[in-house]
Amino acid sequence: MIEKPAKGVTRRQLLLSSATTVAMGAAATAKAATIAGTPQWVPFDHNGPLHYDTPGWQYFTDEQAREVEAIVEQLIPADELSVSGKDAGCAVFIDRQLAGEYGTFARLYQEGPFQPGTAMQGDQSPLNPRQRYTLGLAGLTKYCQANFKKPFSGLGAEQRDATLAGLEKGTIALDGIDSPLFFQQVLGNTMEGFFADPIYGGNRDMVSWKLIGFPGARYDYRDYIGLHNQKLDLVPLSIVGSSAWTQKG
Amino acid sequence: MAKKLPSTDVVVVGLGWAGSIIANELADTGLNIIGFERGPWRDTARDFNVASAADELRYNRRQELMLRTRQNTCTMRNNASETALPLRSWGSFHPGNGTGGAGNHWAGIAFRFQPHEFRLHSYLTERYGKELPAELTLQDWGTDWEEMEPHYAAFDRLAGVSGKAGNIKGTLIDGGNPFEGPRSAEYPNPPTLQTYAPTLFAEAARNFGYKPFPVPSALVSQPYTNSLGVKMGPCTYCGFCTNYGCANYSKASAITTVLPALIRKPNFKAVTNAEVLKVVMDSTGTKATGVIYADANGEQFEQPAELVVVAAFIFENVRLMLLSGVGTPYDPVTNTGTTGRNYAYQTANNVRLFFDDKNFNPFIGGGAIGMGIDEFNNDNFDHSGLGFMGGGSTRVTPIGAAPIDSRPMPPGSPTWGKGWKQATVKNYLSSMSIGCEASSYSVRANYLSLDPTYSDPHGRPLLRITFDFPDNDRKMAKYCIGKVAEIAKSMNPREIVVSSQQGHWDSRPYQSSHIVGGFIMGANPGTSSVNKHLQVWGVPNLFVVGSSAFPQNPGYNPTGTVCALAFKAADAIRSRYLKRPGEMIPV
Repeated sequence: MIEKPAKGVTRRQLLLSSATTVAMGAAATAKAATIAGTPQWVPFDHNGPLHYDTPGWQYFTDEQAREVEAIVEQLIPADELSVSGKDAGCAVFIDRQLAGEYGTFARLYQEGPFQPGTAMQGDQSPLNPRQRYTLGLAGLTKYCQANFKKPFSGLGAEQRDATLAGLEKGTIALDGIDSPLFFQQVLGNTMEGFFADPIYGGNRDMVSWKLIGFPGARYDYRDYIGLHNQKLDLVPLSIVGSSAWTQKG
Repeated sequence: MAKKLPSTDVVVVGLGWAGSIIANELADTGLNIIGFERGPWRDTARDFNVASAADELRYNRRQELMLRTRQNTCTMRNNASETALPLRSWGSFHPGNGTGGAGNHWAGIAFRFQPHEFRLHSYLTERYGKELPAELTLQDWGTDWEEMEPHYAAFDRLAGVSGKAGNIKGTLIDGGNPFEGPRSAEYPNPPTLQTYAPTLFAEAARNFGYKPFPVPSALVSQPYTNSLGVKMGPCTYCGFCTNYGCANYSKASAITTVLPALIRKPNFKAVTNAEVLKVVMDSTGTKATGVIYADANGEQFEQPAELVVVAAFIFENVRLMLLSGVGTPYDPVTNTGTTGRNYAYQTANNVRLFFDDKNFNPFIGGGAIGMGIDEFNNDNFDHSGLGFMGGGSTRVTPIGAAPIDSRPMPPGSPTWGKGWKQATVKNYLSSMSIGCEASSYSVRANYLSLDPTYSDPHGRPLLRITFDFPDNDRKMAKYCIGKVAEIAKSMNPREIVVSSQQGHWDSRPYQSSHIVGGFIMGANPGTSSVNKHLQVWGVPNLFVVGSSAFPQNPGYNPTGTVCALAFKAADAIRSRYLKRPGEMIPV
């Protein structure tokens, strides 16, 4: 028998997800559990990924969301290869990530003293992702208003590119946050949103996987491993499932 | 004040590979055993469901299976003149958490070390004399191949290791690794299938006269019933392997090979979400009386025991010994003390190849699906006049290509915008990499100690890593990767990118979780912490097992040897210690 103080979120709950199930997942904690004999197994007991199709912004204000959408459509522009990062859902992905435990670095060591170290010692910023976005977006808006009298989202493509390049290189300074730290935070999360499973709110319609030829959450390539140097053209599959599964006829 | 619990026969700290193997071997003696695990109970059916296991964000980016740094982390610095700072998220290596430990998310590469490794210092001194670089503090292990081989064989049978023998009882066999030590038997399972990249590499290596072999894999190639009667399923090459749990029961780990049998034994119980805070010593310091642990609410308990086996990840093995006052802390200035001594790592190098005319389907694969050569590993080539010792395992093992992290492109490519997208699409299917996982040799300046500033949620000091790559290892890396680059060029790619470990140790990019030393084994109590039975010098009822016992690291993945040492320690306890409990086993 397993003494389990907190039960995981079931798959059925996930598929019918709401803000309530998200909170349940995040709040799951456990005391010491003694396990002996035959381990218990409950159907649908595994703790699957949280599901993020609740409408509306969960963390961003409308203004913040508008600016983030403008950034992600510049980092991943629409062209003949794919839709933009915005239309792929990257801003929605980031919003849901910030609303969850990632947003506060709840799993990470955040004890002081905080002090800058060598590059080899890694990220020593005391700011968590929520703070990085809040400060970075405010600083960016202030910079753009001062220089262009418009927010970032009001700029044309060339000005947007030049501004982002300035943040990346650190030639544009922002109030309240190191500009390359902010840029790398947004770029990293944008790429996560573009390439992660669509269950997290980005990579809509598996757009990035179709773009590069990644078949997604498939779990058996025994029939394909011997097909060397051949294009396989496998239709990608998400954890959410495939629309083909629910087609009638 | 910790609440004192009724005494038990044996306490095992950590239910990863080493702790699970030892607990299971000792359970057969009828002793009552309690295994403590700081993380949760993990189970394939529930935790690694096939419907949701293939999730790169959750497992690779958010590190679902790894120890959360909030619970426990390390501090690091490159040398003693720097102030160590905490690793706030994992980069360079990935300590595990929960039953199965790092063995749930490992790659599954199941090499054995070579016979000469176990007497490396003596061997290299005999062969090269004064050419042995003075900075190195290499040591012998106090054991030898004849003593180790049966325990490697036990691990092979437990994990169902798939491969092709190159040397059975001294007879060399084509298709296997000619440099491996004499094996008592063929691998339990035949090699796995191979994707295009390792096949192409093996062909190129053969043209140079090298002898490519299938990388020994703990991802089983066919249905297998292991030595405990536990069944495993064939690897499906899903490409969600390293950093993921296996949903197919194909990747050997404690949860797929040991714990299903162990947990059903009436004299064993697991206590999970329970962090062991220290080993309790009696007033003489020569006897362990049990452990103190905290549950997830911080409530503390004392669990008395007759025998204590510490088998956590290397970092926690060493930290627990420092916190419990076992052994004398190592001092690099005077070169005295043993706890924290001879800390080493693995020197990671690779050559990446970009082609225009090939399709590798890189999403197909697994952590240990690949082909390798050993011509430039360890002392498999003559080091006379080269100015360094050691070498690396050269191989192509496509682990999968989930695209948040796996989007290779040549240096200088744009990182965003239209040009970035074009470069991503151009290179995703048509790039491959040849790795050279090389030795890491111990030097005086690299060691483990307690951090003076940073502490964990229980107020205990974090472990402090002081480490940088020695000159010896940088020279070795440069030489070996040059040889690998020759093979790469012969494959006619559009472009190759050669990376060898030349700068400082950088805690940010992932390199490997092959961290060793700090509580090393040997024949001399003045320079080692445990004897060849993994029994602590001067504390007969305390055994400390893991890669913490390696005096240095050869150019191989460590897990097979960690598990062999676990079988070795269990065998010593069963066949020798229990006959004269409380005494040091004669060596």
